[in-house]
Amino acid sequence: MTKSGVKREGIMGTLSGWLYLAPALAFLIFFMVYPLIDVFIYSFEEGYNSASQTYFGIGGYNYSYVLRDPYFLQAVKNTFILVIFTVPVSTILSLLISLALNSIEKFKKLFQTIYFLPYVTNTLAVGLVFMILFQKTPYTDGLINLLIKAMGMSPVDFIEGPYWAKMFVLCVYVIWIVMPFKILILTSALASVNPVYYKAAKIDGASKTRIFFKITLPMISPMIFYLVITGFIGAFKAYSDAVAIFGVDLNAAGMNTMVGYVYDMLYCDGGGYPSYASAAAIILFAIVLTITVINLIVSKKTAPKG
Amino acid sequence: MAKSQDIVKLERTAKTKNAVFKTLMYIFLAFWGLVVLFPFYWMLLSSIKSYASYMGERLPKFYASDPTFDNYINAFTQVPLAKYFLNTLIFTVITTLLMMLVIVFAAYAFARLDFKGKSFLFVGFLALMMIPNELVIITNFVTITNMNLRNTFLGLILPSVTSVFYIYLLKENFEQVPDELYYAAKVDGTSDLKYLFKVMIPICRPTIITVIILKVIECWNSYVWPRLITDDANYFLVSNGIQEIRENGFGRDNIPAMMAAVVAVSLPLIILFLVFRNKIMEGVSREGTKG
Repeated sequence: MTKSGVKREGIMGTLSGWLYLAPALAFLIFFMVYPLIDVFIYSFEEGYNSASQTYFGIGGYNYSYVLRDPYFLQAVKNTFILVIFTVPVSTILSLLISLALNSIEKFKKLFQTIYFLPYVTNTLAVGLVFMILFQKTPYTDGLINLLIKAMGMSPVDFIEGPYWAKMFVLCVYVIWIVMPFKILILTSALASVNPVYYKAAKIDGASKTRIFFKITLPMISPMIFYLVITGFIGAFKAYSDAVAIFGVDLNAAGMNTMVGYVYDMLYCDGGGYPSYASAAAIILFAIVLTITVINLIVSKKTAPKG
Repeated sequence: MAKSQDIVKLERTAKTKNAVFKTLMYIFLAFWGLVVLFPFYWMLLSSIKSYASYMGERLPKFYASDPTFDNYINAFTQVPLAKYFLNTLIFTVITTLLMMLVIVFAAYAFARLDFKGKSFLFVGFLALMMIPNELVIITNFVTITNMNLRNTFLGLILPSVTSVFYIYLLKENFEQVPDELYYAAKVDGTSDLKYLFKVMIPICRPTIITVIILKVIECWNSYVWPRLITDDANYFLVSNGIQEIRENGFGRDNIPAMMAAVVAVSLPLIILFLVFRNKIMEGVSREGTKG
C-alpha cells in the first residue's frame, strides 16, 4: 500500500485524477508554460509589432539593442548596486536581531510581532512615508535632514537630489521591507538548534563567541545560505520599492531597475516593445541563474557534509 | 553548605555581566523596533495634522497640535479611494475563491488519487515553482491585451488563480490525513468528491485558512500586474490608486491627505495580521523551510 494513494484500477481512475487536475493544469499551461516558451520566441523576433503581430526576421538584434540602450545599462548598474548593498546588510542585520531575540524571554513575542509588520504592509503606500521622511522641499527640509543638520552636516535632497542619496534611500527602504522574512526564518532556525549542544559547550566552558562560531553558525548555515540565495533573487527583481519612492517614471529619475526596464518596454511611455522586454527579461534571468548556481556551489563547498 | 567567598564573588560578576548583556540586547531590539514602527507613527501623525499646520512646520513636529480628521474625509471624497477599495475587495475575494477551488482539487488529486502520469506531472509542477513571474508576465500581458481583457476584472484575475506553491502546501497537508479514513469512507460508498468536502477539507482547515490569508495579503498588495493591465482609474486597485493619488490626486503638496489615504490602505492588512498573527507567521516560515 503506498502512502500517496489507493490503487484504482483502469481508465476510470486515471480519468478522474486528470479531471481533478484539469483546472490547475489549464491555467498553468496557458499562463506559465506557454508564456515561458513564448518569451524566448519573442526575444528573437526582430521588429515585432504588437498591433499587427508581425515581425521582420529572426535574430539577436533585440539583445544587442537592449545591451546598448543607456537606460538598460543604467538599470543594470542600479540593480547591481542595490543587490551588493542590501543582501549582505539585511542578512547580517537580521542575524544579529535574531540572535538578540533568541537571548531574551520577556517581550520576545511583542518584538517578533512588531518586526513582522513591514511584511504585511503595502509597498507602494509605505514608500510614500519614506519619501516624505527623506524629501527636501522648499518649505521644509524633512525629518531625516533635520537629523543630518543636527549632526552638523548640510541637508541633502534624497528624492530628487544626487545619485548616491537616491540610491541610499532605495537601499534603506528595500532593507526595511525584506527584514521581516529574514528575521522570521532565522529566529525559527535558531530556535530549532538542539539545546543539548549548548549544554555540552557550557560544561566544556566554551565562550559565547566560540559557541556562536562552532555551534550556532554551522547549525543554521543552511538557512543563511537559503536567505542569501533568495535575497539575491529578490533584490535582482526589485521594482515596486523604487516606484514607491521615486514615482512611475523611473528612467527620468535615473533610478530604474532591470525589472522596471522590462515593464517600461512592455507598457508605459516607451512601451509596446514586447521583443525588447523579452530580451531584457531573459538577460536578467541569465544573470540571476548564474549567480544562484555560484551561490549553490559555494554553499555545497562550505557545508559540513558534502 | 557555605560557599567560599571567591565563588560567591565570581557568581556575582557573572550575574552583573549577564544583566549588562541582557540590557544591551533590549536596547538593540528596541532600536530596531523603533526603526520599524517609526514610519507607521509618522504616517498616522501626518494624517491628523491639518494642511495649514503641516505646511507651516519648517521643523516637523512629533505631535499634532490641532488633530483633525478632515484629511480622511478628503481622502474619501476628493479622490476615488472608496472605489479603489471596492475594486481591491472584488479582486481579492474572487481571486482567492477561484484559486482555492482550483488548488484544492489539484492538491487532492496529487495527495489521494492514483492515476497514470501522476509522479511525472508532480515533478513538472515542482519545476514550475522556480519560474519567475517576470518571465511569463510579458506574454500574459500580450495575451490579455489581445483578448480585449484590459481594464476588466477578468483580465486582472485570470493569471493569478493558480499557485504551484499553495498546491504543494495543501498536498503535503492532505497526505497527513490517515489512509484508514479513506478506506472507511470507500466501504460506506462515499464518492471521492464527497470525501474531499466532508472529510479532507474539514480536517485540513487550519492550513486552508493559512493559504487563504496569505493569498488575501498577496492580492491586497499586488501592484505590477494591475498596473500593466489597467489604465482606466475605474479599475485601479489600492496600490495603483495610491500611485495615482501621489502623481495627481490632491496636488503634490497635500501630504496630510496623502498620508490619510496611506493609513486607510495599510490598516486592513495590519488588522488582519494582528488577528491572525500566528497563522500568518507560520505560513510564511513554511515558505522558508520548503527548500
